Amino acid sequence: MTLDAHIPDGPLDKKWTNYKNNAKLVSPANKRKFELIIVGSGLAGASAAATLAEQGYKVKCFCFQDSPRRAHSIAAQGGINAAKNYQNDGDSVYRLFYDTIKGGDFRSREANVHRLAEVSVDIIDQCVAQGVPFAREYGGLLDNRSFGGAQVSRTFYARGQTGQQLLLGAYSGLSHQIATGAVQMFPRTEMLDLVLVDGHAKGIIVRDLNTGEITSHSADAVLLCTGGYGNVFYLSTNARGSNVTATFRAHKRGALFANPCFTQIHPTCIPVSGDYQSKLTLMSESLRNDGRIWVPKSKEDCGKEPSSIPEADRDYFLERKYPSYGNLAPRDISSRSAKEACDEGRGVGPGGLGVYLDFADAIKRLGQKTIEERYGNLFEMYRNITGENAYERPMRIYPAVHYTMGGLWVDYNLMSNIPGLHVLGEANFSDHGANRLGASALMQGLADGYFVIPYTLGNYLTTQFGKKVDANHPAFEQALKETKAHVQRLIDIKGTRPVDSFHRELGLIIWDYCGMARSAEGLTEAIGKIQKLRKEFWSDLKLIGGADGINMELERAGRVADFLEFGELMCLDALTRDESCGGHFRTEHQTPDGEALRNDEQYSFVSAWKYEGEGNTSTLVKEPLVYEQVKPSTRSYK
Amino acid sequence: MKFHLKVWRQKDSHSEGTLEDYTAENIPADASFLEMLDIVNNSLTGKDVPPIQFDSDCREGICGSCSLTINGVPHGPGRGTTCQLYMRNFRDGDTITIEPFRADAFPVQRDVVVDRSAFDRIIQAGGYISERSGSAPDANSVPISKTIADKAMDAAACIGCGACAAACPNGSAMLFVSAKVTHLGLLPQGKPEADRRVLGMVRQMDKEGFGNCSNYYACEAVCPAGVPAAFIGRMNREFTAASMKEMAGMTV
Amino acid sequence: MIKSSASLTRSGPCPAHLWIFSSLGKKTIVAVTGILLVLFVIGHLLGNLTVFIGPEALNAYAEKLHSLGPILWVVRLGLLAVVGLHIFFTMLLWKENQKARPKKYIASNPIGTNVFARTMRLSGLIVLAFVVFHLAHFTARVVDPSYATMTTTLDGRQVHDVYSMVVKGFSSAPIVLIYVVGLFLLTSHLSHGLSSLFQTLGITNLRIRKNYELAGRLIAWLLFVGYASIPLSILLSGLAKGAAQ
Repeated sequence: MTLDAHIPDGPLDKKWTNYKNNAKLVSPANKRKFELIIVGSGLAGASAAATLAEQGYKVKCFCFQDSPRRAHSIAAQGGINAAKNYQNDGDSVYRLFYDTIKGGDFRSREANVHRLAEVSVDIIDQCVAQGVPFAREYGGLLDNRSFGGAQVSRTFYARGQTGQQLLLGAYSGLSHQIATGAVQMFPRTEMLDLVLVDGHAKGIIVRDLNTGEITSHSADAVLLCTGGYGNVFYLSTNARGSNVTATFRAHKRGALFANPCFTQIHPTCIPVSGDYQSKLTLMSESLRNDGRIWVPKSKEDCGKEPSSIPEADRDYFLERKYPSYGNLAPRDISSRSAKEACDEGRGVGPGGLGVYLDFADAIKRLGQKTIEERYGNLFEMYRNITGENAYERPMRIYPAVHYTMGGLWVDYNLMSNIPGLHVLGEANFSDHGANRLGASALMQGLADGYFVIPYTLGNYLTTQFGKKVDANHPAFEQALKETKAHVQRLIDIKGTRPVDSFHRELGLIIWDYCGMARSAEGLTEAIGKIQKLRKEFWSDLKLIGGADGINMELERAGRVADFLEFGELMCLDALTRDESCGGHFRTEHQTPDGEALRNDEQYSFVSAWKYEGEGNTSTLVKEPLVYEQVKPSTRSYK
Repeated sequence: MKFHLKVWRQKDSHSEGTLEDYTAENIPADASFLEMLDIVNNSLTGKDVPPIQFDSDCREGICGSCSLTINGVPHGPGRGTTCQLYMRNFRDGDTITIEPFRADAFPVQRDVVVDRSAFDRIIQAGGYISERSGSAPDANSVPISKTIADKAMDAAACIGCGACAAACPNGSAMLFVSAKVTHLGLLPQGKPEADRRVLGMVRQMDKEGFGNCSNYYACEAVCPAGVPAAFIGRMNREFTAASMKEMAGMTV
Repeated sequence: MIKSSASLTRSGPCPAHLWIFSSLGKKTIVAVTGILLVLFVIGHLLGNLTVFIGPEALNAYAEKLHSLGPILWVVRLGLLAVVGLHIFFTMLLWKENQKARPKKYIASNPIGTNVFARTMRLSGLIVLAFVVFHLAHFTARVVDPSYATMTTTLDGRQVHDVYSMVVKGFSSAPIVLIYVVGLFLLTSHLSHGLSSLFQTLGITNLRIRKNYELAGRLIAWLLFVGYASIPLSILLSGLAKGAAQ
């Protein structure tokens, strides 16, 4: 099997323009005839649904939340990048492109990333026109802030709620189209299978989470906009409901899963306080501007009151290891250093999983009032969650899973290897390589939905005239039967363990072996453990209540079953990628200073995995990454 | 910590519900309210009792999924959402009553899960700016004063959880509707449709069966996003003006 | 492709009807009728306060009102209509509110509201009963038939002696008690009503709300003091006189 990314010809900065000039168009009369299924209503899903419906397509949009407005994009805090150069500080489309490619540690596709940088400028215009209340300066123009991995200020933001405001913008567009009847919305409805007819994606099987009814829906193309799989770690900053089910079940139907081991760990989260915990909360990285990160030099001091530990017995490890960047070292490096300190037994707080982020010096230097002005809301949030006062006692922080760069493989059209199946936003793998820069996730989700798919979808649809199938086709009946059987199989296990306990155990395995530092030995062990856990799951799961009506444990069980298979694939991918790059750190491959050591000669490719049946090892298909414009270099933050 | 729970259990929207007694044992003080319910649910599963069904998703106070009324107060004590409420705010041995968000327009679907799709339909009736993707002028072509932008953001911060309507003795959704009317009505981009928007949204709100405002301000007291009730006053003004224009036959 | 929202059609029902029976329309009507009634209450108080100037002043004021003839009746009927509208729309709102929140919380907890706000309907209805009593007492004079025969001379003409009637009326402690209770409930009603008016009419913003709420309460209590001073001072001075004798 070979993969063709269908990258258009021409110089990098002309590819997208050339593409648009030659893309196949669907006439208004024909658009009305095409039905589209969009799964997910986050930034990518809602923006695609609104835009395609307004162009005239008939859209059905599905989400598992009780309202499309609650998709997890809503929780993004920081901001959205765009190469507007409003600050006149030297930004350009090329610089945004280069920063993103470099930030991704040269494991993403040049043409896709350049297109992303190009359309970024339109996104801001679009959002402002929708009424997104971005921060402004007194002169009435848009304000920008700087963000990690860039030397220009190109991030647009709406307080600490940028994701919420962008999503509500897309949701309002979607709502408008629902009102006109162009979009039919199915909230509290979860996709459980993809239906293929003659190898083309022609519909999905869904479960109504209110009634438990399982039904099929047919369409001329299917768009998955279902987000990332961070919850394979159980504890992450993702929402409780975020899951891999839609993409993984498409994977089981033949869609290739690309780079599953590329995950991002965010360094400043509130640490785990006990095994009852369901969720990790992110705190803005801006805290690192004034806080100093340290752990005690000796294990014996870990239990002591931090204020009683003298300066000489503290190890400000980031300042020690990275003197020039200090506490502002990039996400992956800071996260890994914190983990190393805790692995040495020098972590603080419950379970020894935490490091101090100390503001005592900053308070002495600037006064408590200034610190309050800068971070007051974060200190308040920290106090609410931990019950501790960070003005008096250093904060405890620990890294947590935040975003997943991997996803279903797509070509330049955002179409997977299954014709008709398109994948947008975090659910695809395409733009962030091995590490995502801050404020780029929102940009990608909206770029895909508002500005890419409306142009690329026509290329597929124009091949589908007269090939409509309806939901009575035998392929649908077969898929429906299989889905019902799968649900029943979960209910029939009648074991002893609740679903959360399996999920938590899986999460611990992934975190320990496929988290911030990975090794061949550990990954091999993890695969064995996951296989064993999966077997146990299918023989000892306990679910109360049946498939009718609201049964959230059943919903979770279906998702955990997929995570149990997916986790193994993730470890397999991490094991196969025998190099370090971006967020993927193999302990065997590091520089003498402990930095990630890339191997461009052997691993400059996308790992796309083909499903070979439950329990069988997936097959690797490689898409080589060709760099025409940039020269892969080594990241250095010393 | 240990708590006595009285939890509303209801099989589906057609059934009658009732309060059931449960005990929550060995609850860490650092657990959130929803994590306390997770622990209770796991123990119920062990005892073959169907777990309590409740909505939650982001668990960081922004998605607006959680919808518990705790001791008669939507989202419980404090100013945040239920997911941001921690058990250390209760006393060991407390009795805690958990009921669904109550309003005629929010029918209970199961236990404490309610249907809030009425809010979506209100947004569909005008809570948007009609604008075609890709047709927008440059984002800086219309300057907006910082004061206006900030105020619009105050309104836009609404998370659509429904606590306002659940707290209101009249089951009124005015705070929710006024937040969107204010957010879009303040911005120059939202002005052309302002009259249509406020008329459409208010009429849909009435149609959904939400009650009227008696200026109790319970909504404002429970709103996790801090949306002020003054926005309701602003909406009243916009609505009256738009109605007068409509009556005068001026195009809206 | 951008179409109008389904809920907004031009050929729909009459816009005036839509406004009047919308939630906000009804509230606006209650607020506007409320303002008219408050203006009446203020004017009525200013007229009544002439009782402190002396019998001539009060009787002259009463005579002037009566000499308006048909205009007085127009005003009276107008007031009656305003009261009717105020009550009718309040009842409509109340019925809808009952329906919008059919189930109360078992663990009830009044949030963010005060007793004056929660008892608007009750205080309003009692005030209505009080107004009926007041009209029967001093306007129809059915409580004490002797009021009707009280006369005095003003500018050479024989007129009704309102002053004596009021003094006699308020010499009775039970009657004064009824007035004070009625006035207190009026105050309670106005305390929430006046501080809500501006919100309902949209004359508000984040900063001024607290001010007009305070002003509303203040005006309500000033009215109470003004009104209650009449029966109380008559009763107390009567008592004092009685004690002196």
